[in-house]
Amino acid sequence: MSRILGLAAWFAGLLFFAPVAWMVLTSLHSEPDAATNPPSLAAPVTFDSYAAFFDSDPWPPLINSLSASIGSTVLVLLLAIPAAYALSIKKVEKWSDVLFFFLSTKMLPVVAGLLPIYLVAQYTGMLDNISFLVVLYTSMNLPIAVWLMRSFLAEVPGEILEAAALDGAGLVTTLRRVVAPVAMPGIAATSLICFIFSWNELLFARVLTGVVAGTAPVYLTGFVTSQGLFLAKVCAAAVVVSLPVLVAGFAAQDKLVQGLSLGAVK
Amino acid sequence: MTAVREAVARAEPRPPARTGQVKAAARWVRRAPLLPALVFTIVVTQLPFVATLVISLMRWNSLDPTNRGFAGIDNYTAVFTDPDLRSAIGVTAVLTATVVLVSLVLGLGLALLLDRKFAGRGLVRTMLIAPFLVVPVAAALLWKHALYNPEYGLLNGVLTWLFGADAPQPEWISGMPLLAVEASLVWQWTPFMMLILLAGLQSRPQDAVEAARIDGATPWQVFRYLTLPHLRQYLELGALLGSIYIVQNFDAVFTITSGGLGTANLPYTIYQTFYQAHDYGQASAAGVVVVVGSIVIATFALRVVSSLLREEVRG
Repeated sequence: MSRILGLAAWFAGLLFFAPVAWMVLTSLHSEPDAATNPPSLAAPVTFDSYAAFFDSDPWPPLINSLSASIGSTVLVLLLAIPAAYALSIKKVEKWSDVLFFFLSTKMLPVVAGLLPIYLVAQYTGMLDNISFLVVLYTSMNLPIAVWLMRSFLAEVPGEILEAAALDGAGLVTTLRRVVAPVAMPGIAATSLICFIFSWNELLFARVLTGVVAGTAPVYLTGFVTSQGLFLAKVCAAAVVVSLPVLVAGFAAQDKLVQGLSLGAVK
Repeated sequence: MTAVREAVARAEPRPPARTGQVKAAARWVRRAPLLPALVFTIVVTQLPFVATLVISLMRWNSLDPTNRGFAGIDNYTAVFTDPDLRSAIGVTAVLTATVVLVSLVLGLGLALLLDRKFAGRGLVRTMLIAPFLVVPVAAALLWKHALYNPEYGLLNGVLTWLFGADAPQPEWISGMPLLAVEASLVWQWTPFMMLILLAGLQSRPQDAVEAARIDGATPWQVFRYLTLPHLRQYLELGALLGSIYIVQNFDAVFTITSGGLGTANLPYTIYQTFYQAHDYGQASAAGVVVVVGSIVIATFALRVVSSLLREEVRG
């Protein structure tokens, strides 16, 4: 029985992984080999599709994605950490109402605000500008970050804070010695989640950017051509664009879980 | 401790007027770190919605800029009588419910399988997470071209492998468009549910399970009366977060079917109204309808989270 369940787990794992493996394998085949039926698994490996992808000048969109993701993640942390402090360690009155206000903004569908946001960008000349995306991605991730950071900071033991205060420790010492050790894993989980969600975002980027500030997901949607075979090239592009997220997610699986569950699971 | 300090503070004689000022100042010192995030969120997420509300009451088509004015509820009448938008509401509901429920059930199954020790468990877990880490547009392109393509997609390729040259070769996307979108989303979101539920399973108090086993409880009884109640809040959390993201799904619908064949959900339809028809008033009215719908769902969902929060406070 136990062996059967182990096999079932392996089977499920391979089944879910198969499309990813297929994506990588296809990207390593030549276009004709990628488009056969039945599939040719053992076709010779070639890096032509990757060469074609990098020849198509993908760097501007990749760098745009990187700047938007890193920029907004930094901005989110700068805003979320002090806010979380005021919602957990030195609590403001009605802190739980404030917390729920943040979460409720996450439930407001982004499409509902798309038009005014577009008009503002148009009137202020911020269309096709990466800093405008940074602001939007920050607003998109800030509620998640506030929740996450709060749940981590809430674990700072109150007795130790009081003891530190009685011993005459200043704010900086308290923050460094007592708060930081608890906050660091939270900052890591928050950064990972914010980076992934910003990197993946398509709707805002598609509506608000063009040739200058287009991000990697937007670039990907334009990679499908109507002429000729393109399957291997699409797969190569998909692999390259997904690689940062795959690497970061695999490397920090526990942080991923903490982040996705808004810190409910530690 | 706090009570003691407060008692001391009360006992100290102070002029009443100054105490009020000091208290107010102290309150603002407490609030200060919160304000940047709060103001930023209100400006960036709430003001656009107010603007949407205003525009939804206006006659405003960007192709006809001179004819702009107050339209009353005309846009709303248009929204509710527009068959596209009505079907979009239905599609959104079906898509969200199907994807959330199926991924929850599959995620639960996988989490239970992974909660046991077996050779290569870490590797299987890593393989199972992979779909969630593929960029959503990339995943949608992968499914559309590399899996669903009727001529050379993997699905029909496998059918040819299994049944030879006369194997059925279905047109996955045009034959079952909504199911095609749902399957790709279930593939991406099942790992998400599994991760949350697995973490829930691993936080289960082991001694209670041991005690029940010793008392002769069957595995089903352990699952039904110990595991499931413990998992309830994790199931709710997964359903809540999954709904938040899947209600807003744009990438899969945009990429796999371009909203055709009856798969246009609300985000896609609003995107299209605004992007192609340039009818700002009607797009905004549709946006308001979506928001009202979301508020109804969100009120329920927030109650779930608030019960989680209370438990945390008590614990």
